[in-house]
Amino acid sequence: MKNLRELARVIRSKNSSPMKLTLDIIFKDRQTFEEVKARNLINKSLIARAYQVPETEIEKVIYFDPALAVKIGMPRPVRSGSPGDTDVYGAQQHGPLLGIELDI
Amino acid sequence: MKPFKVLSPTAILGYGFPEASFLKGMEEKPDLIAVDAGSTDPGPYYLGSGKSFTDRVGVKRDLRYMLTHGVLNKIPVVIGSAGGSGARPHVEWCRKIIEEIALEEKLSFRMGIVYADIDKAMVIEAVRAGQVTPLDDLPTPAPDDINSCPHIVAQMGIEPVRALLEEGVDVVLAGRAYDPVCFSALPIMKGYDAALATHMGKIIECAAIAATPGSGADAVLGVLHEKHFVLKALNPMRKFTALSTAAHSLYEKSDPYHLPGPGGALDLSNVTFTELETGEVEVRGTKIIPTNPYRIKLEGSSPVGFRTISIAGTRDPIMIASLDIILKEVKARVDELLAKENTEAKVFFHVYGKNGVMGGLEKGVYPSPFEAGIVIEVLAQTQEAADTVCSMTRSTLLHYGYEGRIATAGNLAFPFSPSDIRMGEAYQFTLYHLMDVSDPAAPFKREIVGVGGSK
Repeated sequence: MKNLRELARVIRSKNSSPMKLTLDIIFKDRQTFEEVKARNLINKSLIARAYQVPETEIEKVIYFDPALAVKIGMPRPVRSGSPGDTDVYGAQQHGPLLGIELDI
Repeated sequence: MKPFKVLSPTAILGYGFPEASFLKGMEEKPDLIAVDAGSTDPGPYYLGSGKSFTDRVGVKRDLRYMLTHGVLNKIPVVIGSAGGSGARPHVEWCRKIIEEIALEEKLSFRMGIVYADIDKAMVIEAVRAGQVTPLDDLPTPAPDDINSCPHIVAQMGIEPVRALLEEGVDVVLAGRAYDPVCFSALPIMKGYDAALATHMGKIIECAAIAATPGSGADAVLGVLHEKHFVLKALNPMRKFTALSTAAHSLYEKSDPYHLPGPGGALDLSNVTFTELETGEVEVRGTKIIPTNPYRIKLEGSSPVGFRTISIAGTRDPIMIASLDIILKEVKARVDELLAKENTEAKVFFHVYGKNGVMGGLEKGVYPSPFEAGIVIEVLAQTQEAADTVCSMTRSTLLHYGYEGRIATAGNLAFPFSPSDIRMGEAYQFTLYHLMDVSDPAAPFKREIVGVGGSK
């Protein structure tokens, strides 16, 4: 088992719209990326467990070969900047990803 | 086809760039100097209030370089999403800055202005006709929702900007525009490939963010050819790599292969990023899939009341251990105190050290922090009501006799006097919808003005 922090050079979150968050994981090397992709190690179920939300909340997991990256889409609990929001840019919602361990 | 060079000095007008990088870009004799000034990132306040999220001094500093070098060398200058949100007050704000610079630098030029404000009646009519599609999970707006937005803008495509460039203006000042438009309108007008020009614009609108090390405050050059484009950093400490450029396709996007925009979506499925020996990157294979009907994205935010906040902290382990219960009890106590005072308000506690950052998304169970920060957020229909409820909540929490309390002098550490801060009117995003249009230029009003004595 390896922590995602050892395998990725970028792990980040950001709004992709005022209603949606996008999470990016960019791997350090092509070999690791190819293995993660071939075995679909990063999938909706894994991300749902990390965030402790129902799997249906994880709207997409897209592997993007040119950047050795995986992109995840999920809704924001509150529209950006609306009353009660905690993170207008959505830039600090990546924390739970740092706890992920992959069987690699 | 002769290469078409676009100089992008900075990711957001006002964020700055090193003078040396800009001058190096000028040595390349660019065909266009362009900058994107906007974003919805900073939230709904700026569009709703008509204020800029960038600083006036920073914007003037950046524009002074762009205008003096552009006008004196007869290189067109295009500014997109002026003032950050690109509504009329934002465009007027930027126009005043441009006029000041023209006066100070004795510049004289013709400027095309294009506004992005969309008539409310037109939006209401479009909703009625079924021509407005919500994005993500937003509801279809009712006429009241539309009327409640002080400013409604749409992200324009290249067409209205091109219409001004065809008139031969020296400078274009555009309201809210799709980010790549200020970079792509001129080369597309000159016959360069629209997909490549748009994709190049999509990358260089973030200036050097796509280079490595990345920076939103450093200049880059995009060079458009017939079948490809090349990205070039202008600061010797940065370079574009295939990976840095490809990784940028992810940034802030929901799907890296398909990037939707006005009138069509970029398709990156077959794009290749190739490193050239010089630390530059060549990009090929971008396609555009046109959408029919042509759709523009509407943006609007509406007022939701007035906000007052108070910032405090606690270092008491007994209080921290039962903070959730204490805050609940304090809220109930304040409701009871103000029951007959007609001061309805929403109260949110942001507890840093517990779930202040992730709020509803925070599900983790962690050991108690040694200290916690508490931001009391109060939202009410008037500023006075927000002040009242914030004040009562703050004083109640300060002296609240919670279960097991032994520090009886006060529960909160305030970093400031005054402890309460008026935040003014608060907004929320109401419109983030696509609207069908038959003529992509028609909704965007345009005028051409002489600046600095030019006719």
